[in-house]
Amino acid sequence: MNRWRLWLPLAVFAGFLALAGAMLMRPRDDVVASAMVGQPLPDFTLRPAVTDRPGLASRDLVGRPRLLNIFASWCVPCIAEAPQLARLAARGVVIDGIAIRDRPEDVARFLARYGNPYRAIGADDVSAVQLAIGSSGVPETFVIDPAGRIAYQHIGEIRAEDVDKLLKKLEEDGT
Amino acid sequence: MKALLPCMMLLILASPLAAQDGLPPAPYANRQLDDPALEAEAQELMETLRCLKCQSQSIADSDAPMAGDMRSQVRMRLAAGERPEAIRGWLTARYGDYVSYKPQIGSATWPLFAIPPALLALAGLVLWRRLGHGAGRRP
Repeated sequence: MNRWRLWLPLAVFAGFLALAGAMLMRPRDDVVASAMVGQPLPDFTLRPAVTDRPGLASRDLVGRPRLLNIFASWCVPCIAEAPQLARLAARGVVIDGIAIRDRPEDVARFLARYGNPYRAIGADDVSAVQLAIGSSGVPETFVIDPAGRIAYQHIGEIRAEDVDKLLKKLEEDGT
Repeated sequence: MKALLPCMMLLILASPLAAQDGLPPAPYANRQLDDPALEAEAQELMETLRCLKCQSQSIADSDAPMAGDMRSQVRMRLAAGERPEAIRGWLTARYGDYVSYKPQIGSATWPLFAIPPALLALAGLVLWRRLGHGAGRRP
């Protein structure tokens, strides 16, 4: 009994080391997920970000499931997701965009170079809508259901393997 | 060498490639509120709100454009009459507790607050017994 007790502090210490080691081995996770998933979109009205697309208001985002893509012309990963957005648009997905802190001429140049899959693009000059929907960076893509509720949040660029997942989420919300 | 000089001059004149965006900061990103009492409240709140882009800094310390936009929101909401804790609540409703540096007692954090007093009480009990007041007194 006494011998067993003698080893107890060492066992506690070893347990602590194991816990610290395990935590250190975990991959870094600095993604901040939106707590707004499952809730209705907050009210907003944004001016058009480019001349050839309408602006964006929250009341427009109802009726059918769609993607709300948060992007910017100054955002490098947004270039990487452009082909995937084009594929989604080709499959008939409605994609609305919000350009964060961007000038119209920069957005137009970005779209001319990498493609324009958007139905409408609102300009969020002071990240107000971005903050209101709990998005913490660009690019991020939200699935909005026909009732105008935020159904899903994709953080980071859309990669080729994410396209099917997004299509599935859209389908789930369309029915 | 002679050809190099104009090139270097050009490099100096060239505006650094914008790392972020070309838009001016939000109205109250870098401008204090006119009312010093409100500005003090804003400052206190901004020091306990986490910058989402640069997560080890508060929005008061960060130069990231998004932190500037958050500062502007904080100041404008305060100026409009909102209370600091309501603004913190608005942000935690969007980003979770993560966005706030102010410790809150919640379902996940209560052990942090409960364990130290419990350990102190335990240590006190052990000491009390060791010092010979306990029933299990040893010779």
